[in-house]
Amino acid sequence: MTKSITQVTLKNGLLVMLKEIHTAPIISSWIWYRVGSRDEPTGKTGISHWTEHMQFKGTKKFPANMLDKVISRLGGHWNASTSHDSTRYYETMPADKIDLALRLEADRMTNSIFDAKDVASERTVIISEREGSENDPMFRLGEAVQNYAFRVHPYHHEVIGDMADLRAISRDDLYTHYRTYYTPNNAVLAIAGDFETKSMLERVRSLFERIPKGITPPRLARPEPEQKGELRFSIDGSGETTFIQIAYHFPNATDPDYFPLQVLDSLLNGASGLSYKTSRLYRALVDKGYAVDVSGYSDASIDPSLYRITITKHPERKVEQAISILDSEIMKLQEKLVSKDEINRALKQARAVFAYGSENITHQAFWMGYTAMFSTYDWFITYLNKLARVTPQDVQRVAQKYLQPASRVIGFYNPKGKGG
Amino acid sequence: MAKPLAKQSLPGPADIHKTVLSNGITVLTRSNFNSPSVSMGGYLPAGALFDPDHKLGLADFVSSSLMRGTQMQTFDEIYNELESVGASLGFDSGVHNTSFGGRTLVEDLPLLLKLLAESLQSPSFPKDEVERLRAQLLTGLAIRGQDTADMADMTFDQMLFQEHPYGRPSDGFPETIQSITRKDMKEFHRRYFGPKGMVIAIVGAVHPKKAVEEVERVLSGWQVPGQVDAPLLPPLKPVRQTRRHHHTLKGKSQSDLVIGMTGPRRKDPEYMAASLGNSVLGQFGMMGRIGDVVREKSGLAYYAYSSLNSGVGPGSWEVNAGVNPANLMRAIDLIEKELRRFVKNGVTKEELADSQANYIGRLPLSLESNSGVVSAILNIHRYDLGMDYYQRYENLVRSVTREDVLETAQKYIDPDRLVIATAGP
Repeated sequence: MTKSITQVTLKNGLLVMLKEIHTAPIISSWIWYRVGSRDEPTGKTGISHWTEHMQFKGTKKFPANMLDKVISRLGGHWNASTSHDSTRYYETMPADKIDLALRLEADRMTNSIFDAKDVASERTVIISEREGSENDPMFRLGEAVQNYAFRVHPYHHEVIGDMADLRAISRDDLYTHYRTYYTPNNAVLAIAGDFETKSMLERVRSLFERIPKGITPPRLARPEPEQKGELRFSIDGSGETTFIQIAYHFPNATDPDYFPLQVLDSLLNGASGLSYKTSRLYRALVDKGYAVDVSGYSDASIDPSLYRITITKHPERKVEQAISILDSEIMKLQEKLVSKDEINRALKQARAVFAYGSENITHQAFWMGYTAMFSTYDWFITYLNKLARVTPQDVQRVAQKYLQPASRVIGFYNPKGKGG
Repeated sequence: MAKPLAKQSLPGPADIHKTVLSNGITVLTRSNFNSPSVSMGGYLPAGALFDPDHKLGLADFVSSSLMRGTQMQTFDEIYNELESVGASLGFDSGVHNTSFGGRTLVEDLPLLLKLLAESLQSPSFPKDEVERLRAQLLTGLAIRGQDTADMADMTFDQMLFQEHPYGRPSDGFPETIQSITRKDMKEFHRRYFGPKGMVIAIVGAVHPKKAVEEVERVLSGWQVPGQVDAPLLPPLKPVRQTRRHHHTLKGKSQSDLVIGMTGPRRKDPEYMAASLGNSVLGQFGMMGRIGDVVREKSGLAYYAYSSLNSGVGPGSWEVNAGVNPANLMRAIDLIEKELRRFVKNGVTKEELADSQANYIGRLPLSLESNSGVVSAILNIHRYDLGMDYYQRYENLVRSVTREDVLETAQKYIDPDRLVIATAGP
């Protein structure tokens, strides 16, 4: 994988990141806005995600029904997503067709219509999206864990937003949100694929540089106070299966502790994207029959976020048994140094995952913009080196520092059906 | 910019290498040195077709057990080898086949193939592991039983494919999974697993000759005299009138629906016309006409689309949507209306041209990753489409006319003989 990219900030503040990859006649273009659900005050939860939906409803130049047709006709695929920290849109196209995507993104940075009728029909679509998620016990449990873990910080609420706000948000609220956050100086354009940097940059300049700079919007940030004491709660729902989610407060992606914690996560739960049947928690919980599955997840986020371990309980075991096994595995990490071999294993796994990712141009463009949200591209290209420098002492230290019962939330999903 | 995609850069006879080993295993390979990784996939004809009704889920249970312990290694040892190098390997089964897939850094390809061969040839079905897996499968079925989309799908298949193997869920039911013994599993493996009919595709940073040698080293010695052939599919009972069934799931905030009928087999000459027609109906752009009517115009659903599922036997052609329970009837009415319009008027010239352009334009994207090429070359082999299929693809797509689409729609879709399955409160 080549590492060199070109980064230029246009006069209006738009950060442009370009990476030439000539393995296939494909280009992927991503535009990222520095706004997500963490920027939403009470009463407006879900507005970033809803705005993302509205961006597919058209501009004067690219009306809704024409937009998707044109991209699909050219064989491209496109989509968008919203997270806590950002809202991003991408188009991956045959290389000679990428210009359309660039023209579209330049246009919809300022010219989306937000017609009241479209707002009304999208309201019910998003409510339906939320209802679909609510069907899933894991969505309900994960949402509640967030609510408990963040009382003050806006990571408190789910990206989709609360039903009360989805019913109340108005067309003008949405349009104001759009005009506030969708400015070139609040955006990053990341393009990877089969192009020449010089001519691509010229084209980007000609389309984007004329968009006027806006006021750089402040980000909503209310730091979460330190949690003092374990929080436990339970929710009820249909089904027969008990789920347990344990969440620890974790540092943000630029904290030096982030990297030893990635190694720690690999040891506990396996490397992301690979099977995890020899991870410490799988061996202790699933192999020993306390759980039927266990997995771990953490975000690379701007502000400190969560490391979540989710256990699907074995029907014949008690939840307390599973939690005490988890605690004893964590204690091992806190008390005993891990071997250098285990760290090297985590490193090899990460190398493999990087190699698989490099087969895919969309994926490579994603990482440029994603890292720009919380750090720089350097974070990505030095990732493996940073993992390689992690020592057994580092792993022990972060296990002691972050995996403390007093700073965790434990949520239980209690099934009301038989066998729970 | 690179030159427009030349014919020779698409997989074809010049760079897909096919070798048949002396024991019958077909090896397909294609090199790609852009990344130091390799993807592998394949199948053998040991699927749920062999499962008796009271042991439904047996093929699935067997395939999930293959890596749980072999004559040589324990479950933990197998996964330790695999995960230590960041490689992956997995087995799955459907009605016809047990399939497998994995990926690895190229330096560990021999290890991956060794583990594949070991899992296929000498699984030991250790008692403890089988019981642990049984608990996991039962939990999976309990979760399935609460999933509105899964239950609507399952109900749909049961109604569409009555008294046919396609109507049975290959992962079985709680009571059938309970009844399966280790002896059943060993017997299933002994009778139905073997090199006859097995196919393996390897794509990535390895020369074809080297890849074939690696496969030969670990799999050419596999001999299974008397490997049993799969039974033929029985004929399908026609649907005589629209039938509807609702599967009640309390406490859910959304209902799922499936409306559909049978579709062509993958090898049928009208497959491409049906596929392009389906694209217009419920795929193209924001999920075609169905997406437009159900989601964009009425705001009834977050997802609404149609799909054509074609394999070796009769396929299904279905419309799926997830809606608020109060809107279920309205959504069904809208979809029925669209189906009627589709069968009566077919597609417009412009709609067909859009979907044709989409099919041709997206081809390079689907072949970008090694795993994409693995599935592409397995498909052309399995459905006997010809090694030059992707090179003929553009012509195949372009040659479909509006009349072909209409004729195919009318052959398969009868709005008065629909199967409607719903699940929710």
